[in-house]
Amino acid sequence: MTAALSYRLVIRTLPWLTIGLLSLPVLSGLAGALAPAFGWLPALGGEQLSLAPWRELARVPGLGEMLRLSLVSGLGSALISLAVVVLFLGSFLQSPVYRRLQGWLAPLLAVPHAAAAIGLAFLLAPSGWVMRIVSPWLTGLDYPPDFAFPGDDWGLALILGLVIKEVPFLLLMSLAALVQCRADERMMVARSLGYPPLTAFLKTVMPGLYPLLRLPVYAVIAFATSNVEVAMILGPTTPSTLAVAVVGWLHDPDLTTRFMASAGALLQLLVTLVALLGWWLVERLVVRLSRGWWQDGHRHCGERSLSLLARWAMRLVLGLMLLALAGLALWSVAGYWPFPQSLPWPPTLGNWQDAADGLLSPVTQSLAVALGATLLSLVLVLGSLEAETLRRRPLRPGAQLILYLPLLVPSVAFLFGLVMLQAQLGQQPGMLAVILGHAVFVLPYLFLSLAESYRRLDPRWAQQARSLGAGPWRVFMGVRLPMLLAPILTAAAVGFAVSIGQYLPTLLLGAGRVETVTTEAVSLASGGDRRLTAIHALLQLALPALGFVVALLLPRLLFRRRRGLLLSH
Amino acid sequence: MRHTRGLLLAAMLAVPGIGQAFELSEWSTVTEAASGQTVYWSAWGGDSRVNGYIDWVAEQVEVRHDIELVHVKVGDIAETVGRILAEKSAGNTQEGTTDLLWINGENFAAMKERELLYGPWAEQLPNFSLTAPEQNPEVREDFTLPVEGYEAPWGRAQITFYYDSARVSEPPRSMPALLEWARENPGRFTYPKPPSFFGTSFLKQALLGLVKTPEVLYEPVDNADFEAVTAPLWRYLDQLHPHLWREGEDFPAGGPKMRQLMGDGSLSLAFTFTPSAPAAGVLDHQLPPSTRSYFLDDGTLGNVHFVAIPFNAQHKAGALVVANFLMSPAAQAHKQDLSVWGDASVLEMSRLSAEQREAFETDSRAAESLPPQAAGALLREPHPSWIEPLESAWRQRYGSQ
Repeated sequence: MTAALSYRLVIRTLPWLTIGLLSLPVLSGLAGALAPAFGWLPALGGEQLSLAPWRELARVPGLGEMLRLSLVSGLGSALISLAVVVLFLGSFLQSPVYRRLQGWLAPLLAVPHAAAAIGLAFLLAPSGWVMRIVSPWLTGLDYPPDFAFPGDDWGLALILGLVIKEVPFLLLMSLAALVQCRADERMMVARSLGYPPLTAFLKTVMPGLYPLLRLPVYAVIAFATSNVEVAMILGPTTPSTLAVAVVGWLHDPDLTTRFMASAGALLQLLVTLVALLGWWLVERLVVRLSRGWWQDGHRHCGERSLSLLARWAMRLVLGLMLLALAGLALWSVAGYWPFPQSLPWPPTLGNWQDAADGLLSPVTQSLAVALGATLLSLVLVLGSLEAETLRRRPLRPGAQLILYLPLLVPSVAFLFGLVMLQAQLGQQPGMLAVILGHAVFVLPYLFLSLAESYRRLDPRWAQQARSLGAGPWRVFMGVRLPMLLAPILTAAAVGFAVSIGQYLPTLLLGAGRVETVTTEAVSLASGGDRRLTAIHALLQLALPALGFVVALLLPRLLFRRRRGLLLSH
Repeated sequence: MRHTRGLLLAAMLAVPGIGQAFELSEWSTVTEAASGQTVYWSAWGGDSRVNGYIDWVAEQVEVRHDIELVHVKVGDIAETVGRILAEKSAGNTQEGTTDLLWINGENFAAMKERELLYGPWAEQLPNFSLTAPEQNPEVREDFTLPVEGYEAPWGRAQITFYYDSARVSEPPRSMPALLEWARENPGRFTYPKPPSFFGTSFLKQALLGLVKTPEVLYEPVDNADFEAVTAPLWRYLDQLHPHLWREGEDFPAGGPKMRQLMGDGSLSLAFTFTPSAPAAGVLDHQLPPSTRSYFLDDGTLGNVHFVAIPFNAQHKAGALVVANFLMSPAAQAHKQDLSVWGDASVLEMSRLSAEQREAFETDSRAAESLPPQAAGALLREPHPSWIEPLESAWRQRYGSQ
């Protein structure tokens, strides 16, 4: 077999494998939610199709409020995050502030959502760190006051918690995209025409940058409207967001509640789709309205105040995140730490010592699963993207949808079908099942993080290599991979972090055979002991942080003599 | 005869999927079949003390019975129930992945009704007689539902109130007194949001303390006028809520969250289901050293908690041996030790030898935080059919405000 033939064979198979890996679980997962939502679940005596679950759902008190909360917190947090990122990039893209920030990104991104939320809750709660620091000398309080934050009815705490996680994610996605859309060159031209930085950025870089950021933004919206952990910790309870309510119904000991829960899960899917549609419409509108503005030649747009706002917003986001982490670190060495003590005194290592036994196995198993799932996903994603260059057109919309379904359908509902599929296929629960299950969630994020960079790589590089006599494998290995190494590693680190954070897929598909830092962390967090929660959250953070550090440092190490590869593609 | 059975056993062992032939009536066949098995025990993993105790059990059954016990730690047992349900839906009736389950009465009622449990087996365990079921009928019923051997008693729980004695001198000892107390100490008491286990338990406790004829609560709810019976409860809660934490507009997610608020000083009065938990919380630096605990004068809700075996468990013999070990005097005494877990024993002391009884002596550390031994009449759990209507009525009234 010639190299060209083997290349075609491999590259043409990989997209099908990708679609297979995703569609089988996704469709069975969806069926697992769809059938009970219409009354079909023979194991619970549901043997007739009916609309009863939907009627029951419609009668849930406060359903409208739940929907409103999910939509507002999802769209609101995405909008705020995007605005902060864009204004910040516009104001500081070519300044040292931006470079300093890059160093912070990795550890920030690695913070698990739940850990960030717990840390933020401790920071801002009535008995939290801020109140402790000003009590009793300023407030006169010896015991915590009673105000409703976090958990406020407006969902402000929830939005804040989502924003501090989404801003680093969007920033990371921008890093690769900025290079891709030649932001530096655009800025240079605009600046030389007398535009100040922010205006130059908004008028010349944004039109090229946003299309590259669109999918990550959609992922953010999907996550923010449907997430459970953050909303459970920071969101209101009477009522909660829809996603939290759905999990509650699925967990109800009364098993018949599962019918309504499945209907709720589908409604959740609908909410996410509505949010995405709404965003898309606004996107169109903004493009239409700003066309004239791009070309009007005005050089200013409230530059100074917006820059100041961006700087302080970014400081606030980073500051809150760092303080939240610091709070967790303190709890991990705390004994009894009552209000209003600002610091746990005396600190103790006892909590860490107690937890140290039995950490080895969860850590190694987490690593094994995450590396396996990331590698598998990476091969499939690279294959699919390479196939696009072969076919010269991007994925069909149908295939795109399958790709995003795992992000859109709330995993609690989706996993029931997945476990059924696993049992039907007679596949033993264990490491392999967990790796495959994680890949379903890792792959979309990986694809999302990598696709645009891959698609925008100038095809003339490959053409040139071909004209110099290189075969397709050599072009792939010798030109595309090295040129794309930075975005590939970044995407892999994102995928790795996604895998480390998975709880339900690990528990359900592994049936307890696989124990990771996250299964440990979530089960312990349910006990409410902040010391243990903090220790496990910090551990949960350490592994993905390692991944991001590798992703940032490795290209620098490999390309230390080829710096051009680090700057532009 | 013996020979034939041996052959039969060998034949059954050779058939894949069975592999664990045993006669419940012949305990030695169970231990034989269990030897070498790996038992997956799904149990809430939120308490490091409980986890530590289960680790100890794993060491013991390894040495004593050559069983490898794996604690599958879950945040909510419903996750495991979901998996069992999916297995049943997919037709997996032999090779289930969960062998043992720690469940509460509501889970039990639902799982038994849906035939998701294996049984009956519990009364055939050699150690079951040590619970003296004739004298202690509560080991034979779970939330008033007859257990009928579908789960084995493991420990005892009773609602226990606790308070910070540095802030509260006279804690309320009845439901009406609690309302008075809340009026005087606004924002310092709350209860978890139903349908969390603690939240629903509080509703039942309040109901038991407020209705004139508690007997109706032990009958199925369909036999009673729900509106009329529960009217005093809603009147009471309407009055109580404005004086609760966050003025009753927001509720903690569950018992652990309530303990956290107590540890932070946001609350000065709370309750738990494990009488020794406040003392354990002091030892674990989670609660103020000045924490004290007590029962209400008219008694508090109490129940026994159990372990069950799913209908499709692959290692039933191993699960049976573990369940039997959990009921052994050694295991129960170790569990009751305050420095280990502090969960009360289900064994009848009079059935034990003097030597066995000695092992149950109490730990003196943090003893002042333990509730008084004698006080506290035990109120039985109402019929489980009351739970759903109570929860949904609560949701209707206070779930969205």
